This record gives sequence, structure tokens and C-alpha cells, in this order.
Amino acid sequence: MSSDIRFTDFKSDKQPTWCPGCGDFGTMNGMMKALAETGNDPDNTFVVAGIGCSGKIGTYMHSYALHGVHGRALPVGTGVKLARPDIEVMVAGGDGDGYSIGAGHFVHAVRRNVDMTYVVMDNRIYGLTKGQASPTSREDFETSTSPEGPKQPPVNPHALALASGATFIAQSFSSDALRHQEIIQEAIEHDGFGFVNVYSPCVTFNDVDTYDYFRDTLVDLQEADHDPTDRDAAKDVIFDTETEHQGVIYKNEASVPYHEQHGVDEDMSVIPDGAPESATDLVREFY
Amino acid sequence: MAADFNWAVGGEAGDGIDSTGKIFAQALSRAGRHVFTSKDFASRIRGGYTAYKVRTSVDKVQSVVDRLDVLIALTPRTIEENLDELHEGSVIIYDGERTTMQDVEIPDEMTGIDVPLKRLAEEAGGAIMRNVVALGAACEVAEFPIENLDSALEKRFSDKGQKLVDNNKEAARAGRSYVAEEYDHEFDYALETTDEDYVLLNGDEAIGMGAIAAGCRFYAGYPITPATDVMTYLTGRIERYGGHVVQAEDELSAINMALGAARGGARAMTATSGPGIDLMTETFGLVATSETPLVICNVMRSGPSTGMPTKQEQGDLNQMLYGGHGEVPRFVVAPTTVAECFWKTVEAFNLAEKYQIPVYLTADLSMAVTEQTFTPDTFDMDQVEVDRGFVVDESTIDDHLTDSGGFKPHEITEDGISPRAFPGTADGAHMSTGLEHDEQGRRTEDTEMRVEQVDKRNRKVETAREREDWSPREFGDPDADTLVITWGSNEGALIEAVELLSDDGVDVRVLSVPYVFPRPDLSEDVKAAENVIVVECNEQGQFADLVEHDVLERVDRVNKYNGVRFKADELADAIRSTLATGVEA
Repeated sequence: MSSDIRFTDFKSDKQPTWCPGCGDFGTMNGMMKALAETGNDPDNTFVVAGIGCSGKIGTYMHSYALHGVHGRALPVGTGVKLARPDIEVMVAGGDGDGYSIGAGHFVHAVRRNVDMTYVVMDNRIYGLTKGQASPTSREDFETSTSPEGPKQPPVNPHALALASGATFIAQSFSSDALRHQEIIQEAIEHDGFGFVNVYSPCVTFNDVDTYDYFRDTLVDLQEADHDPTDRDAAKDVIFDTETEHQGVIYKNEASVPYHEQHGVDEDMSVIPDGAPESATDLVREFY
Repeated sequence: MAADFNWAVGGEAGDGIDSTGKIFAQALSRAGRHVFTSKDFASRIRGGYTAYKVRTSVDKVQSVVDRLDVLIALTPRTIEENLDELHEGSVIIYDGERTTMQDVEIPDEMTGIDVPLKRLAEEAGGAIMRNVVALGAACEVAEFPIENLDSALEKRFSDKGQKLVDNNKEAARAGRSYVAEEYDHEFDYALETTDEDYVLLNGDEAIGMGAIAAGCRFYAGYPITPATDVMTYLTGRIERYGGHVVQAEDELSAINMALGAARGGARAMTATSGPGIDLMTETFGLVATSETPLVICNVMRSGPSTGMPTKQEQGDLNQMLYGGHGEVPRFVVAPTTVAECFWKTVEAFNLAEKYQIPVYLTADLSMAVTEQTFTPDTFDMDQVEVDRGFVVDESTIDDHLTDSGGFKPHEITEDGISPRAFPGTADGAHMSTGLEHDEQGRRTEDTEMRVEQVDKRNRKVETAREREDWSPREFGDPDADTLVITWGSNEGALIEAVELLSDDGVDVRVLSVPYVFPRPDLSEDVKAAENVIVVECNEQGQFADLVEHDVLERVDRVNKYNGVRFKADELADAIRSTLATGVEA
């Protein structure tokens, strides 16, 4: 890849319609910078986006991209990456897309450990439908569809990932631009499924999980001397639901990505003009 | 036509019925005989009964009939279930030493051959070979050279060691010798062998082989009867050709993975049955709107809901034609024979890529699980053509960029077909989306662009209508006053029914339609006929409705929806009685 790629090359000419101040601006900037910094360019990058405010990201970035149906971004990313191991695949979606309608896919994408990056823009609210409880909303968070709060514990996506056999689990904050970019970069470079939950505040519908709240409470794991290769330490961080963390929580350095496990390494877009050589062997099997 | 021979093995699920039947079918095929098989999976009375049936002849056979000449019955129920098909002179092979078979009554006028299957198998090396002893006995009864059975046993067991192969051959001989020695009886059967070479395969396998031949490299699926065999076939084979199979967590994931692979530039497919199609329908709209080439195989079974999952039906036609919100352009291709499953799969991939459109490739349960013989050149790989359609590369992409350098994957063109750039193509980066979009794939709600894009997508269908051959397959008497139209797996039974009718002086012209959408215009054919009957395995007559819609004339209908495929003799009767009572001429 050419070395003169700048992160702005990943910007499309469409102006984002996110609310002014939306956390998704910062999340996207970090993704673009991380992609450029890791030597990718728009023509070898495939971004898959889900549905919701976060899902618009495919439109605002410039790369090969698919904006799919609600909750199915991970399977699409899986298909792209297995067919094209040479392409950098980044999947992005929101907390509703990933942990509600798409929760089943999340578990299995984690298990497969396909070498791609999954960025969840977590604002703990449904923004595009104007403010309903999301799977990560607090138990007492009052919304139009939960006047007294959802009265259910929020999903713990990191715990779900760890229980599913994740090889890379991280948390970042869209407003801490440098750390956010670093963490995404590490996820891209990870040999396997790089999962990053990003606190990406909704300034319109969530007056609890705000920029100020995260700025005041975030504990950076790097500064706390956390060892991400220590699974037990990761477990402690993940189940400490009283504290908001940022940083790489868990990283399995022995990760064997799907394509190595299964020997999938060919560019599947290249096929012959007719039946493959030795296809007649298939007919002979039926004698 | 030479006399056909009808044979079955039946027992309980777990008795190894399927593999026993398959070994015998293989032996017949290797003896240069044509074979057509069918399976009784489940119950008319209660759970547990299963049977594998083989119809064989030196001539081509393409349907099942209501007749059974030799039956290996492992349970009393197997005899009960087949009383209608057994006849005077039928032979029933059973093990009188088996507790449940001790008091079994062989119906009058039939011959019971009591063979100690288990005991002889144990003597040959293990009780597990009980069914092979029965196959040996069947060889004696049918006067069928046992060397052909040897050959099938070798194919089946060779990877498990020569010892096992030898034991099985010995077990088969023990069965044959026992009948020869204990029953000094002249049976009426003598299965002729020929020097012909045949291959034996079912519809699901033909679809899988067609996919590999067509260059399909990526398959994602979720197991479901009766489509699972497509996935099983591809697993372990597609890898040899640089491909991969993923067992997805559900059908939602399966179609989205296939969509992702297709966006990556691979020929991709998923296969499922009706319930899976329900789940895939939302993404189907995305596939069409993003103009992604994809083959979605629907091996139909009896519905709705869980229906009768191991039974035959052609009830998903409307689902495939109309399923999904909004107006979704699509193709629906429906092979009519096991061999056509191969060729239509190849064609489906070419159609998908040439027109950048989702293609439903639909088979039905009967075709999917039927093993049938063909000459190997039926699947001549040199005849396979791969047409990837309008794909641009670095040297040709410049003609499809905007002034500011944006690639136009949804360029408005005369024929509706736009250029495609695979990821990695320089300057080709673009967005694909289920949102309405402009030529570059960027979201738009511009009223004019909306109309232009809808028209463009529909124009592809019109282009395909003109450019491709959507002809039906024709059989029977071309000048007959009676026209019978069908689709899907009924073709074989119908061809044989027409032969039976012709013997009775009733001439029939048959049109078997492998394309549901776009489909051939049958107006002239329908108007030229005095009687028109549409035959299909559903209650509502979904294809008949289409014919009436196209032609603006009423047609008669023969429908079957009890879960069992049409049989040739039964179908001949149904056509005869429809001609006698038909309300519409």
C-alpha cells in the first residue's frame, strides 16, 4: 500500500447528519486514522455498517462498504473476509445493532475469531428512533418506552465476548481521540477478531452517560498497570461494573484466526472461465 | 420398454435402511442398469417406519410406481405399510428369528423368504452386516450377479479397510447361498446387466456439484431438511477447488455471509428450505437493492410452519415470487430433473452475475433425495460456461467514474446493467446499501433518482427476458389437443404418465417449465390446446394461477399435497379423469 495515505482519504464527500457533538464523529475519526496508520487505503478496505445512527458511518467514510440490514453486519463482514483475506475488514454498528437484534451473531463471530475488527458505538440509547432503551441502558434509565427504566440489568458485552472465547476485548471513549485511535489500531493489528466497545455519547437523548460522566469516571487500564494477557485480571475488570474503564482489557497472544484454523487463504474473486480443472473428478465419484 | 423391477428395504429409523438401499442402488448402477430411488421417511400411522425404494430397468426410469416386487422387511410394519404396492408373486425377505418377526404373516399369493439374517451376519463377522446378508439374499431372488454388489460394497467400505470389505462380501454370499439352498424355488426375476457406465446421484448432490463447476467458492448455510445434503456435499469438496463452507448460526447469518462473500467478488451461495427462506427474506431485499449477485437455493418441503418436514411439496412458489416488503426484482429458476439441478445451478450463477440480481434456485424434496442414474457425459464439464457479467478492472474503470473520480456501481444504463468493481480495484471504492441510492451508491431521497434507480433495476429483468432463453421443455405429442403443464420434479412422472396414456390412445403434449420468473409466454400453447391441465404438488395451484394470469384463460388443475410425490400410474389416472370431468376446456 502507498505510504502517502492520509486519514482524510477515508472521508467521503457526504456531510454527516449526526447531531452536532455526537460521539460518533470522534469514533469515526479514530477509525479512519487507525486504518491509515496501519497502512490501509480505501481501495483495500471494506467497511460493513449496521442500522441506526452508527450505521450511517459507511456513508461518511470512503472505502468499499456495505450498509446492511439491522443486526447482520458481522455475518456480512465474515463473508467478505473469508472470500477476500487480502482485504482489511472493519465492521461497525451500535449497541442495539450488536447486542440486541444482532446479539446471536456477536457470540458466534467472537467464537469464529475471523481476522477483522468490530467497533461498537455504544451510546446506551436508541438514538435514530428518538430515545428508547437499548440493551446497554442502565436499569433505571427512563425513556419513552421504559418510563421507570428498563428494570433489567444492562448487557455486559465484554463478559459476553470473554465467555464466547474472545481473543481481543477492548473499551475506548470517542472523546479521548489519541487513546481511542491507539486501541482501534491495536484491534486492527490483532491476529483474529478485534472487538472494541466505544463509549460514543448521544448528546440528544442520553443525559446520563454524557461526555462529562465518562471524563470524570474513566479509569485507563494502561495507567492502572493492567496486564491484558492475564485472563483473570481481564475477568476482574469486566465484572467490575461499578467502574468505567478504557483500554485493552484482554488479548490472547496465542490467537489462531479462523483462516489459519481452516486454511482459507485464497482470493475467491478469481475463478476460471469454465469448470475448474479436474472438475470431472466430481462426476467420477458418483460411479 | 423392458420390464422394470421394484425393490425396497424397510424397517425402523436406525436400522441402516438408507445405506442399505443406497448400496443396492449402487450395485444396480454398476451393473449398467438405470435406477430411480425414493424414500419413505416417516409415518402414516405412527413414528419409526422408514424405507428406501429402488425402481430399476435397463431402460431409463424417471419416476416411482405403485408396485413392489421384492421387499426386505426388517419389521412387520414394513409389510403393512406396503400392502398396496405388493402384489401376487411379490417376494418378502425377512428374518424369522428376529423376535418381532416370529409371528409375521406373509400375505396370500406372496412368497416369504425366511433368512436368519442376524445369525448369518454374526458368522461372517458381525451382526451389523445383517442388512448385507439380506442384500445377498435379494441377489439370489432377483437373479442378479453378486459381483455387482461386491463392487458397491468396495465403494462403500474401502476406506475402512479390506477386512471389512471382505467380511461384507462374505455376509452377502451367506445370504445368497442360504436362499439357494433352502428355497428350491423359481423366482420370476432375472436382472439383466449391461456394459453401460452410469453415475448415481441425487438432486442436492447435483446442485452442489453444479455450484463447484460454476466456480462457486463460498457457501454458508444452516442445516435444514431437505437442503442439508447440498452443504454436506460441498463440505470437504469445495475446499479442493479453493472454496470454503461455513455452518452459520442461523439462516439470517447464512445469507448475510453469502452476501458479504459476493460483495467481495466471490460466487457465493446458500441453500435452505421454506422456513429458512422466511428468515432470509429481509436480506433478500438488500441483495436485490444493492445489486449483488447471489444464488439462494430453496429445496422445498411441506409447509407452512414446520409442516411435514420430510415430505414433498411445491408450496413455496408464491413465497419466492412475492416474498419481501417493497417490490424486489429477482429470478426464480426451478430445475425439473436431478440432472437439470446441475445445469440450472450453473445457469443460476451466470444469471446472478450477468444481471447482478438474487436468483432463487428451487428444487423440491422428491428431487433432492432421489438417487438417479445418468451417463457420465450428462455432466460434461467442458460444456460449463462461466459468464461473470460486467466487471471492471484498473484498465476499464475510468469510463465509469464521475468527474470527481467516484465510481458508479449503479450507473444508469440502457440495459440496466451497471459496472461492478471488486474490492481491491483501484479507484473502485464505493458504498453498497439497502437504502435508495444514487449512481455512486450514496443514500438519496431525490425523487428523480429514486425513479431512475427503480426503473434501472427493473430494466435488468426486461433485458434478461430478451437476451436469455426461457423456453420450457417439451415432451409427448406436439400436436395433441391436451396440454399438460408442470414445473419442478413432476416432469419424470409426467413423461411416464404420458407414455401410459398414449398406450391407451390418449395423446398429450407436455410443457415442463424450469423458469418461474421470468417465465416463458405460454399464451399460444394454451390457446392452441382444447384442454389445459396444470400439474403440481400443492393445494392452491400456484403455478396454475400464474398461467391463468399470463394467458387470461382458465385451466384445469391436478394438485397433490398429501406429502407424497406423483407416481406415473396415479398421474395418468388423474389426467384421464380430469379430461372426463374438467369444467373448462
